[in-house]
Amino acid sequence: MDMAKMMPMMVGKLTMDSLPLHEPIVMGATAFMGLVGLGVVYAIHKTNFWVPLWRDWLTSVDHKKIGIMYIILSLVMLLRGFSDAIMMRTQQALAAGGAQGYLPPSHFDQVFTAHGVIMIFFMAMPFVIGLMNVVVPLQIGARDVAFPYLNSLSFWLTVSGAMLVNASLAIGEFARTGWLAYPPLSELAYSPGVGVDYYIWSLQISGIGTTLAGVNFIATILKMRAPGMDLMKMPVFTWTTLCTNMLIVAAFPILTVTLALLTLDRYLGFHFFTNDMGGNPMNYVNLIWMWGHPEVYILVIPVFGAFSEIVATFSGKPLFGYKSMVYATMGIAGASFLVWLHHFFTMGSGANVNAFFGITTMLISIPTGVKIFNWLFTMYKGRVRMTVPVMWTLGFMLTFVIGGMTGVMLALPGADFVLHNSLFLIAHFHNVIIGGVAFGCFAAMNYWFPKAFGFHLNEKLGKAAFWCWFVGFYIAFMPLYALGFMGATRRLQHYADLAWQPYFVVACAGAGLILLGIVFQITQLVVSIRDREQNRDLTGDPWNGRTLEWATSSPPPFYNFAKTPKVEELDAWLDMKKKGISPLPETFQPIHMPRNTWAGFVIGIITIPLGFALIWHIWWLAAVSFLGAIGCAIVHSFNEDRDYYVPAEEVAEIEGRAAIAKAA
Amino acid sequence: MSAHDTHASHGSHGGAGSYLVGFVLAVVLTVIPFGAVMKGMVHGSQAVALIMGAAVIQILVHLRYFLHIDGKTDRWTLQALIFTIFVLGIVLGGSLWVMHNMNTNMMPTAMQMPMGD
Repeated sequence: MDMAKMMPMMVGKLTMDSLPLHEPIVMGATAFMGLVGLGVVYAIHKTNFWVPLWRDWLTSVDHKKIGIMYIILSLVMLLRGFSDAIMMRTQQALAAGGAQGYLPPSHFDQVFTAHGVIMIFFMAMPFVIGLMNVVVPLQIGARDVAFPYLNSLSFWLTVSGAMLVNASLAIGEFARTGWLAYPPLSELAYSPGVGVDYYIWSLQISGIGTTLAGVNFIATILKMRAPGMDLMKMPVFTWTTLCTNMLIVAAFPILTVTLALLTLDRYLGFHFFTNDMGGNPMNYVNLIWMWGHPEVYILVIPVFGAFSEIVATFSGKPLFGYKSMVYATMGIAGASFLVWLHHFFTMGSGANVNAFFGITTMLISIPTGVKIFNWLFTMYKGRVRMTVPVMWTLGFMLTFVIGGMTGVMLALPGADFVLHNSLFLIAHFHNVIIGGVAFGCFAAMNYWFPKAFGFHLNEKLGKAAFWCWFVGFYIAFMPLYALGFMGATRRLQHYADLAWQPYFVVACAGAGLILLGIVFQITQLVVSIRDREQNRDLTGDPWNGRTLEWATSSPPPFYNFAKTPKVEELDAWLDMKKKGISPLPETFQPIHMPRNTWAGFVIGIITIPLGFALIWHIWWLAAVSFLGAIGCAIVHSFNEDRDYYVPAEEVAEIEGRAAIAKAA
Repeated sequence: MSAHDTHASHGSHGGAGSYLVGFVLAVVLTVIPFGAVMKGMVHGSQAVALIMGAAVIQILVHLRYFLHIDGKTDRWTLQALIFTIFVLGIVLGGSLWVMHNMNTNMMPTAMQMPMGD
């Protein structure tokens, strides 16, 4: 066989042209990513961190460490997604009338697609799943999640998806289709490159991880609560996590199947969503939103839980209307499956169908309103401590209500026909996603950081970051509402009407202010780590907390609790403090724990070459890595030495050290 | 937490035999409609009925042999089942309703989705 025939077999569709050598912006970004990567490797080498990295982190099945790694992944991807946002804002501030800006359409289209995909799948999702990991087992008095190895695998599959998205920057291209890749545009006929394939495989791989995480948390919450904690004594964050994971398990298979059908169209010449041969692109839109609407609730419901914990703790009062909060959460979760058509009112289902989905959409604001009133009534006549988490919470309540109201406007099919696909819509969903999910993640990070790391985040810098984000959000997105009314559609690389330009310039300035907020957040992390000895939380309960995660030391020992707590009331830790019950046992007992394993990390990382090979049609590599992943899972299944007992003496020693630190 | 503490209350996980039976049944129930359509043995609404029917039976096979829902199950398994049926009803019924209206309004010349009104 000659070389010309050999090459495609070896490297599939890869050629030298796949590298972005002729695009300076992309090359710059790639070089920057490479430099950061090299810097990290150098730092690990310099500090001799390789062995601890492998032993304590990569192979760890400790839910707290996996949660921290999820959040680190999320913060890194936030930077990537935010650079996309700044690029779009500057492009739109420049490209009016005769000016063309600096991003050609082919690049701009990839930027807005990558922005949406990264922010939803690789920033917001890892952050909320990371929070669940850190907090839920502690809140229910458990030692780990139900399936610790599966948890590690879920995380590394998510990493694999994120790495594939990042690889698309350096090798080939990303999708130019928008974050949901509607056909027929995403079909082979109109997107012949590898961009959509990067999209498909990164979401499929990370989606499997998310589904497995959903199964894991449902099992954990239903089966592993401390004795006495019946369902109506669970902390609200645990409740919202349970509802969220039920949504994940119900909704993510729809995404998997929908993308699989698109894959069959693109790879094997099927016609599910093509224009011809009996395909129907409208059904893709129908199916993807059947996952997509529950997805936005998957993001926001956990942060509702976080806000509930924060409001109750810092108001020094029990949460107002705990039961109504639980039922509202379940109501929102159930109703989230009944509204998906409001994303495509204009596709032409007709008046009756649109009326049904318009009404269900408006109804969903009722349980959401219940939650807002519950938080307000919790704060009413409470001694509210104005800490950083509380400031994010107040910012959230104001911003989210505005976003909710513009959402109800869009729920009217008649209004939607005017505003559909406009910047009004963009402003609306950023209003709820930034004001809800992002603010909630930052509130939760400031709230639980001392628990996870044993020291506080700097208060001053945290407040500075909040004000920049809060004000920056309004400056960045209020002009978009106005532009939407003026007729500006989303995803414009260039526009002719110079009257729009001032609004875009203001929006760009707002994005700049948010950038300043992010700089403050990074500074906050650096300064807090530098000053960690002054900021130590030695009590384990820095906020005078109410729930069980505050009953153990900060950071908690790897087994979480020396003695499994007995729960008698809602707000179990507050109850224990009132009754003077010590969280420590009289005599220490051996503790049963899962062993670390290489398998989750190795299988997860093998799916990177697997995805890459499927994207570039390098079939031999796809086969090898697929068999490798399956083989590792089989080999691991023969490992029966998965658990061990921590000797009572070791527990006593760890607890003794914590007690001495507390006394000192 | 320990496997001993948490597994005590579980129902049967089934043996390799029951998984094998389930797998064979699932394969048969996939091959029948696939083969019948490929060989051109059924058309139109007959084909839809065959595919849908085999799919429903296959769901029951999964429930029985893979998820072990057999009347002796605990409350949570039952509630999970009810939730699943709720979501399935929305996904299937909702899709048929929405797509039927879409096709009627937006693709008047295309073949209608074959189903009774």
